[in-house]
Amino acid sequence: MKLKLHVWRQKSPKAQGKMTSYDVKQASPDMSFLEMLDVLNEDLAQKGEDPIAFDHDCREGICGSCSMVINGQPHGPEQGTTACQLHMRKFKDGDDIFIEPWRAKAFPVLKDLIVDRGAFDRIIQAGGFVSVNTGGAQDANCIPIPKHNADLAMDAAACIGCGACVAACKNSSAMLFVSAKVSHLALLPQGQPEKTRRVLNMVNQMDKEGFGNCTNQYECEAACPKEISANFIAKMNREYLGASFFSQEE
Amino acid sequence: MSWFKRTLNSSIGGKLIVAVTGLGLVGFIIAHLSGNLLIFVGREALAEYAEGLRKFPAILWALRIGLVGMAVAHIGFTIKLNLANKAARPVGYAKKTYRRATLASRTMVLSGLTLLAYIVYHLLHFTWRTTDAEIAALGPYEVYDMLIIGFSSPAISAFYIIATVLLGMHLSHGISSVFQTLGINNPKYNKLFRCLGPALGTVLALGFITIPVAVMTGFVTR
Repeated sequence: MKLKLHVWRQKSPKAQGKMTSYDVKQASPDMSFLEMLDVLNEDLAQKGEDPIAFDHDCREGICGSCSMVINGQPHGPEQGTTACQLHMRKFKDGDDIFIEPWRAKAFPVLKDLIVDRGAFDRIIQAGGFVSVNTGGAQDANCIPIPKHNADLAMDAAACIGCGACVAACKNSSAMLFVSAKVSHLALLPQGQPEKTRRVLNMVNQMDKEGFGNCTNQYECEAACPKEISANFIAKMNREYLGASFFSQEE
Repeated sequence: MSWFKRTLNSSIGGKLIVAVTGLGLVGFIIAHLSGNLLIFVGREALAEYAEGLRKFPAILWALRIGLVGMAVAHIGFTIKLNLANKAARPVGYAKKTYRRATLASRTMVLSGLTLLAYIVYHLLHFTWRTTDAEIAALGPYEVYDMLIIGFSSPAISAFYIIATVLLGMHLSHGISSVFQTLGINNPKYNKLFRCLGPALGTVLALGFITIPVAVMTGFVTR
């Protein structure tokens, strides 16, 4: 199949970027989206041009590295799928495809389609963990966890931190990501001791990083490759307001 | 009180203020519509209601101040959050596809600003009575005649109807959002919460629209 790509090219963080068009003459419907870009990059390299820089790692949909907005949708048009697991059969011969980086002040573009997602790491550092300071792990069966809570915690923990929620949100809000991380630990007994401080610190860091505010449109939920529910955002709001008004944390 | 300031300055705290004040304003709108619908009971009922409202000036003024306070906080915090949202995406997309966002949710600022302009006009028109000499000449409790004179102009009626439709849209997203923002969420009720906004928004908008329509069609006459 033949395709016309419109790709964001930007040499460096400070450089002025622009959309550049490329013709892909031979793409197979069986290729993944990233393989199609690999083929284009081979072409560019042979012509002595700079290949398109994009993030990728596992290429099996679990690492959260691949980050590109394809035709206005993070990870492309397929529901619950990362860009690396998206296949060219989802497109038609002769299609125009727009490929852009995640757009957020908190995710500055490093080069072409690669953005710096360090803001997510700093949010996790602010509280997305449980402290186990000493001693061996106790027997798992000593801590009863209701099946329902374990399932919900696992649903939240499915977040791979790719940032598609931020890219999809018109406000570049990170609330789906943060809520998944807050909820995952708040649902489990191990997360209880640091529960209030965790949500306060993580939301505080999220605001400090310059992410926007949720306006309840749920575009994040629709774009999430792991289909994390926006119900977790309500849970985070509840945890945060509860921690602010009813806990002893300053 | 540092925790209080920190909460109000946070994203979720700001959203809390917008949600709670929005809910208060919805309460006012329900009460306002209930009073207005007395037009269908008759001239005396409406006049009695208008007179009743002013019987206890202290309560009336407390409600008025509360209402203005809620409106100012609702708008003020929305502006603050919106500016932060704009700043959070300095470079936009060349192509953007929406998957789930409703029309109502995408036009909240537009509907909100139009409502603000409408409310100013509405107060000049029916509360301070500065836009129409015929209305200005009426006695304070001749609300029935005021409505008939006011809505005899098709242009004014059309403006009221458009503003009311926008109010319905604003509420359809706003009311459902309140539950999400306050974290009131349970799989048993989530469907109800998501439907409550569009349902209440539609009912309130239709309720208000009946009044200019009744006057224009001659259903309510002097």
